[in-house]
Amino acid sequence: MAAPASVASGRTERPPSSLLNDPKIRGIIYQVVTALVFIALIYFIWTNTLENLRRANIASGFGFLSGRAGFDLGQSLIAFSSDSTYARALYVGFLNTLLVAFTGIITATILGFIVGIGRLSKNWLIAKLSTVYVEIFRNIPPLLVIFFWYSGVLAVLPGVRESIALPFGSYLNNRGFAFPKPVFAEGFWLVLVALLAAIVLSLVLRRYSLNKRMATGRGVPILWPSVAMIVAFPLIAYFIMGAPLSFDYPVAGTFNLTGGSVVGPEFMSLYLALSFYTASFIAEIVRGGIRAVPRGQSEAAEALGLRSGYTTRFVVVPQAMRIIIPPLTSQYLNLTKNSTLAIAIGYADLVSVGGTILNQSGHPIEIVAIWMVVYLSISLLTSLFMNWFNSRMALVER
Amino acid sequence: MASTQSSYVRAQMIAAEPPPPGVTGAAHWLKTNLFATPKDTILTVIALLLLAWYVPQVLNWLFFNAQWMGTDRSFCATVVQSGGSQPEGWSGACWAFIGSRFDQFIFGRYPIDERWRPTLVGILFVALLVPLMIPKVPYKGWNAILLFVVLPVVSFFLLVGGVFGLRHVETSLWGGLMVTLILSFVGMAVSFPLGILLALGRRSPMPVIKTLCVTFIEIVRGVPLITVLFMASVMLPLFMPQGVTVDRFLRALIGFSIFASAYMAEVIRGGLQAIPKGQYEGADSLGFSYWQKTGLIVLPQAIKIVIPGIVNTFIGMFKDTSLVSIIGMFDLLGIIRQNFADVSWASPVTPLTGLIFAGFVFWIFCFGMSRYSMFVERRLDTGHKR
Repeated sequence: MAAPASVASGRTERPPSSLLNDPKIRGIIYQVVTALVFIALIYFIWTNTLENLRRANIASGFGFLSGRAGFDLGQSLIAFSSDSTYARALYVGFLNTLLVAFTGIITATILGFIVGIGRLSKNWLIAKLSTVYVEIFRNIPPLLVIFFWYSGVLAVLPGVRESIALPFGSYLNNRGFAFPKPVFAEGFWLVLVALLAAIVLSLVLRRYSLNKRMATGRGVPILWPSVAMIVAFPLIAYFIMGAPLSFDYPVAGTFNLTGGSVVGPEFMSLYLALSFYTASFIAEIVRGGIRAVPRGQSEAAEALGLRSGYTTRFVVVPQAMRIIIPPLTSQYLNLTKNSTLAIAIGYADLVSVGGTILNQSGHPIEIVAIWMVVYLSISLLTSLFMNWFNSRMALVER
Repeated sequence: MASTQSSYVRAQMIAAEPPPPGVTGAAHWLKTNLFATPKDTILTVIALLLLAWYVPQVLNWLFFNAQWMGTDRSFCATVVQSGGSQPEGWSGACWAFIGSRFDQFIFGRYPIDERWRPTLVGILFVALLVPLMIPKVPYKGWNAILLFVVLPVVSFFLLVGGVFGLRHVETSLWGGLMVTLILSFVGMAVSFPLGILLALGRRSPMPVIKTLCVTFIEIVRGVPLITVLFMASVMLPLFMPQGVTVDRFLRALIGFSIFASAYMAEVIRGGLQAIPKGQYEGADSLGFSYWQKTGLIVLPQAIKIVIPGIVNTFIGMFKDTSLVSIIGMFDLLGIIRQNFADVSWASPVTPLTGLIFAGFVFWIFCFGMSRYSMFVERRLDTGHKR
C-alpha cells in the first residue's frame, strides 16, 4: 500500500539533473524509496508488537498449541474431548470446515445448475421462478441467510418430544436432524470393491465404445449396461457376504432421541445457507456459459442431423463447460471462505475454534497466522488446479 | 403522369389483415410459453401446484395473519407461550416489533436528541448522490468533489461531534443501518482509488513495487474477510505504539477498506489488461507523461469496461458489512439480532420477522445498485464492442 503512494510523491519533486530524468534511474530511485518506506513500516510494527507483547506478558510462539483445550466442541469427525490439545481442536475445526465446504459445494452445484438451466428454459413460468430465486439470493448477505435458517426456521422447530418423523426412520427437531447410522459389519469391504469394479468396468466400456465409434461410426450401448453393473455388482456382493450392513435407528426416548447419527442445527443452517446462497451465483455462471456458446454451434449440429439430446451433450455442454469451470472454481473458493461465517452461529469450524482459543489463551498473532496459512493454502491449491485446467483446455482449443 | 389514374393501380392502402387464428392472444401465449411440449406441461403443472400451495401461506404469514400494531411481545405470542394474546396455533409476521424498534434499527443507540445529526447527514448524502446519478444534471465534477471530499469531512464532524458545540457521541453508540451505510460508503470511497493504485502497481515494470502489490492483493484475497476483520480488531492495537488506541469503529473501517481495495484492484486490473497496447503507444507518441497517459487515456477506457465488475464488488461489500456484527459491532443485522434477545419482544415469530425486514432492506439496496449499473452500462456503451 505504501508503494503507489511513494510513486505519487516522488513524481512531484522533479529533479533538475539530467541523470535523474533518465526513466531507468528514476525507476530505481522510486523502488529504493518504496522499499525503505516498507521496511520502516515493518520495523515500526515489529518493535511495537514486541513491546506490547512484553508489557502484556504474552509469550509468543506455537508452544501453547500442546496445552489442554478445556472446551468441548459441538461436532467433530474425530474423537475430541475437553482434555485434548489446542492443536487437535484446530484440526477438528479444519475437518469441520472441509465437511461443510464439501457438502455445500455438491448441493450448490446441483441446485445452481438446475436454476441456471431453468432460467434459459422456454417455459415462461420456470424461467421466471428461477430468475426470482437468483435475484433474491444474490442480493442478500450470506450471513442473513444463515440466521434465517438458524433462528428463523430451525430454532422454531418442535422440541425433541414432538420431533417430526421423516421417512427412513429419521427425525427433525430443534436439536438437529437425526438419521439412521449405518453400521458396517465384517465383509462390507467386498461391497465397496464390487462398486469400484463396476465403475471401472463401465469406464472401460465407455472408452471401448468411443474407440469403436471413432473407427466404425457405430458404438455399443453403454448407459444401461453401466447402470446394471453399478446396481448389480454391489448387490451380489452384499448378499454373498450375508448382508453386512445394518442401521442403528434413532429411537424416541423420554427426553432425547437415542441412537442414530445427529447433525446439529448449526451445521444444517450453515450448509443450507451456503448451498442456497452460492447456488444463485452458480446459476448465473451456468446461464452465462451456455449463452456464450454461439447459436451457430447448435444450428450446425442440427444441420448435421444430431438429435437435440446429442446436440446438448456433445456440442453445447463441452463448450459451455470451458467457460463455466473457471468462475465455478472461484465460487467454490468463495463458499469455502464464507463457511467462516460459522462463527456467528457457533458451528465449530477453523475460525470459530480459533476464536475460542484466541479468547482463552490470548495468542492473537499465532492464531491469525494459522488461519491465514490454512486459507491461503486452500486458495493456492485451487489456483494451481485452475492453471492446470486452463492449460489443458487451451490444448483442446483451435 | 401523376394525375393519370390507372384503374388497375390501387390508390389507397389496404388495412392490415388480422393475423391468422391461433397465433395471437392469451391461448396462443399459454400454448407456446407454458404448454409447448409434454415435458413443459408437466413442469408447469408442478410449478403451479407448488405456487398454489406456498404463495397463499407466505402471503398469509407476511400480511393477512401478521400483527401490525402492538407495544410488546404479548401481541406476537400465542396464549400458550406465556403471556401472549394470540389464539393458539397462530403464526404470522410481527411487524409491530419492527415498528416499535424502527428508530433503533436505523440509528442504533445514537442519543435520541442528537439523531437529527445522522438524519441531516443522510439528507445531504441523498441530495448529493441523486444529482450525481442522473446523467442530465450538470456540474458533475463539483458534485463529485462535494460528495467524496466535503461530505465525509462534514459528516465526520456532525456524527462524532465534540466541536462547534456539538455533543461528542462515542462510536460505540453508533449502530443500525447508519453503520452499514457508513461502512460501505467509506469502503467504496477508499477502495476505489486504492484499488486503482494497487492495480497500476501490479502492472508496473518496477519489480519491488510489483512484488509488494501482488503480495498484498493475493494475501488479502486468499483469506476470508472475517480473518481480516479479526486481524484489524485484535492485532491493530498490538501494532500501535504504547498509548495510541485505535477506535473500534475505525479498526473495522480499516480492515474493511483493506479487504475491499484488494478486490477492487483485481477488477480494475481486468480493465487495464483489456486496453490494447496501441492506446499506450499512442499516448507515448504524443509525449504524455505516465500519469497523463494513465489518467487521460487508459483509466477512462479501463473503468468503463469494468463498471459491471466494480458495481458487483460494491454490492459484495455492502453485503459484507453485515460481518462486522461478528466482531461486536451493531450494524443493521447486528442490532436486529441483538433485539431478539430482548425479553419485551421475545416470541417465536420475532427472529423471522426481523430477519425478513433486514433481508428486505439489504435487497432493496443491492438490487437498486445492480439495476443502476445496467443503466450506466447501456448509457456508456459507445458501440466499441471488442
